[in-house]
Amino acid sequence: MKDPDSYRSGVKPVWCPGCGDYSVLSALTNAMSALQLPPEQVALISGIGCSSRIPTYVNVYGFHGVHGRALPLATGLKLARPDLTVLAAGGDGDGFSIGGNHFLHACRRNVDMTYIIMDNEVYGMTKGQASPTTAPDWTGSDLTPAGTGLTAFQPLLLALVTGANFIARCFSGDPANLAEILVEAIRHPGFSVVQILSPCPTFRPEQRQWKNQVREIPDSATADFRSAARFLMEDDGLSVGRILYRTDRKPFALSKNRRGDISELDMEFVL
Amino acid sequence: MMTTNIQDRNSARLEGTGSSISVALAGSGGTGAISAATMLVDAAGKAQWYALMTRSVGAQIRGGETAALIRFSTDPVAGHGDDFQVLLAFDWQNLERFASEIPLSANSLVIGDLDHGAAPEVIAATGARYVGLPLKQLARTIPGGRPNMVGMGVVAGLIGLPLEPLYSVLENFFADKGDKILAVSKQTVAVGYEAAAALGDEYRLPPAHTPSSGKRWSISGNQATGLGALRGGIRFVAAYPITPATEVLEWMAGALPGVGGALVQVEDELAAINQIVGASYGGTPALTATAGPGLSLMIESLGLAVAAEVPLVVVDVMRGGPSTGIPAKSEQADLNIAIYGLHGDAPHLVLAPNSVTDCIFTTQWATHLSETLQAPAIVLSDQYLGQTKAVLDRPPDIVFPTRRELASEPADGRKYLRYADTPSGVSPMATPGMPGCQYTADGLEHDQSGAPSSRAEDHLAQMNKRARKLADHDYGDYWADLDGEGDLAIVTWGSSTGAVREAASRWRKEGGKVRVLSVRLLAPVQPEKFQQALAGVSRILVVEQSHGAQFYRYLRAYYDLPQQTRILHQPGPLPFRPHQICEQLSSWRAT
Repeated sequence: MKDPDSYRSGVKPVWCPGCGDYSVLSALTNAMSALQLPPEQVALISGIGCSSRIPTYVNVYGFHGVHGRALPLATGLKLARPDLTVLAAGGDGDGFSIGGNHFLHACRRNVDMTYIIMDNEVYGMTKGQASPTTAPDWTGSDLTPAGTGLTAFQPLLLALVTGANFIARCFSGDPANLAEILVEAIRHPGFSVVQILSPCPTFRPEQRQWKNQVREIPDSATADFRSAARFLMEDDGLSVGRILYRTDRKPFALSKNRRGDISELDMEFVL
Repeated sequence: MMTTNIQDRNSARLEGTGSSISVALAGSGGTGAISAATMLVDAAGKAQWYALMTRSVGAQIRGGETAALIRFSTDPVAGHGDDFQVLLAFDWQNLERFASEIPLSANSLVIGDLDHGAAPEVIAATGARYVGLPLKQLARTIPGGRPNMVGMGVVAGLIGLPLEPLYSVLENFFADKGDKILAVSKQTVAVGYEAAAALGDEYRLPPAHTPSSGKRWSISGNQATGLGALRGGIRFVAAYPITPATEVLEWMAGALPGVGGALVQVEDELAAINQIVGASYGGTPALTATAGPGLSLMIESLGLAVAAEVPLVVVDVMRGGPSTGIPAKSEQADLNIAIYGLHGDAPHLVLAPNSVTDCIFTTQWATHLSETLQAPAIVLSDQYLGQTKAVLDRPPDIVFPTRRELASEPADGRKYLRYADTPSGVSPMATPGMPGCQYTADGLEHDQSGAPSSRAEDHLAQMNKRARKLADHDYGDYWADLDGEGDLAIVTWGSSTGAVREAASRWRKEGGKVRVLSVRLLAPVQPEKFQQALAGVSRILVVEQSHGAQFYRYLRAYYDLPQQTRILHQPGPLPFRPHQICEQLSSWRAT
């Protein structure tokens, strides 16, 4: 039996005290232990940002890439190595701003991997700027002192309409529930999206109140695509703890027909 | 009299490379100029000649004006000559747009369709002899016949290409169209062939050398690049279409499954480069192909591949720039971004093929080097090489034995160090699935284990390691092609090499001595080998197709050049003509 600690690398996280990402790390190693994944068969891929540091802290194969590109990196790996369990992880800025286009196409493409988004509605690594999920009237950043004035991104609604076939939202303050959902997401064939509300006590101290504000997603929301969409359109983003939508659309994979002789290619050019 | 005149000019011009005839076929979209030219090129190959064909098109997506520029030759050819002996125009629509790419002289023959009237002023002004033929009317004598088939027959008759190989190509081309269409096409070609008899025999190419050197290949530079990549071991490709690189990707999409590989079309260039980083990290040699604007978008992640030490190949089929520039025409002006574009000190490989055949070798070698040295390689092809269809001798098979150095499972208790500071600088690479070697690949500076580190010592050690593994590698003689002797040298690279070699052969025919150095490995630089190759040289002419003399400035930065160094540089899209280079050498001798 591999216990959760055996999935830890021992490298000390750079995260601030009280960061929600610590719980995500625990939940992830608990999920891996629950699934008894051989560490060498797992790859955890990230971009840039606080949460994107997570691969270094986990004793699996990891890749800490460049800002916004976790999903294409993970996609290339999974397509070339379908035998691996591939997880992508990162934050709201990385995933929905600089990496936004990849998010849309990852949902469409439906490669069998899991995308873990630690959403704290702020860029923490660059010290407190608005992200795509930040409310338009948040004035806590010197870069947008009057607020962004922009509609906040709704990641799960977007995931739903662009074709993701497993969608869940969790709260890092409930790591047991989070680990259960991660287990389901990793097991699910196809692209699974898990948005995790993960407070940033440094730049968004008011998020400490999330623990009093979150509520469970109602049963009625999860029945089908339409009810999930209707629920997400009306939700304030603080409903958590459930798989919102799940379908069994066939995952995208590359067919590799056969291993032929390379010299056969030459024949095409012979006159 | 014109007979001997043209033949003499050609044989004089091509001493050492045999005789050649250059023919342009032009017409508005749908006239079939390109398909006629394609079949003529393949037929010439079947007749044991050599040939190459470039295409010139306007800015339209489909239709519009097109020209196929062909050079038929008794010996291998690497580029166009000084001018065209024959221009056959199915009509004159917008011909002036690429008239500058079809230089004509008083010795040239221009054939037009009588239905389309006299040649436009830009053609008439060249002084070329004009002959009108009723191409359309001749085609109508065969029910279902098309003027481009007549034109094909006219060109074949003019240059002395036998009908048999042409028929054989038609049989392949119309294989699935039915016997009737094939019979009509053969008859229509025969009509054109007969019509050519009235035009004289002064444009006939001498018969092919015998005994022949075996079966010829017909291949484009972009296909050759794809083939070289597969020979080198590439098995994963991420593709985002861009002119003129798309054909590399299209050819590989068809070829990869047969060798156990795959291609995926992705959402943008950033996805393309990052998908191949992921695939290669997983152990599958991977490639993408793009052109200048796409290369710009990929640069950040090329740096990631440098830092994380992930092998991969990016083929940049250069086109006219900056920005969207002239997408369908050639230039050698991405040299600076390929060498200097990455932020930080980021040692990587930059290579350039110098002929269509060499697209195979250079891409194969680039893959080998990238895998061996765990560093990204940029291959700088260009539109001229990539979109040239060439008839050539079967390229040799080359096998590079060494591969990516893989880690073994660490002995008990010892930690696997992905970025171990080895003497060669190459660290054993583990791929996911290997027990006990879990590590995090990182673009962030790291220590030997891969853990992020901002310590000065770790940064210096990793910088040294990444530089050393490229600098200390023995690249053998492949770093450049050198031929000739003497104290005068032409130094060039990439597609300009073809015109340079032809100019050098003329120069030698006139009793001059000249060395030609075509640099294939642009980074890392090879100053010692450069000095050896040019020992005793007192004058250098640098030839490159860029407005800013990028290659010359690169040479100035890294190599010792003699006091007497000159530059012949021009932007695209016009390729160098051999006479331009000869004129430079002559003017130098005069001073």
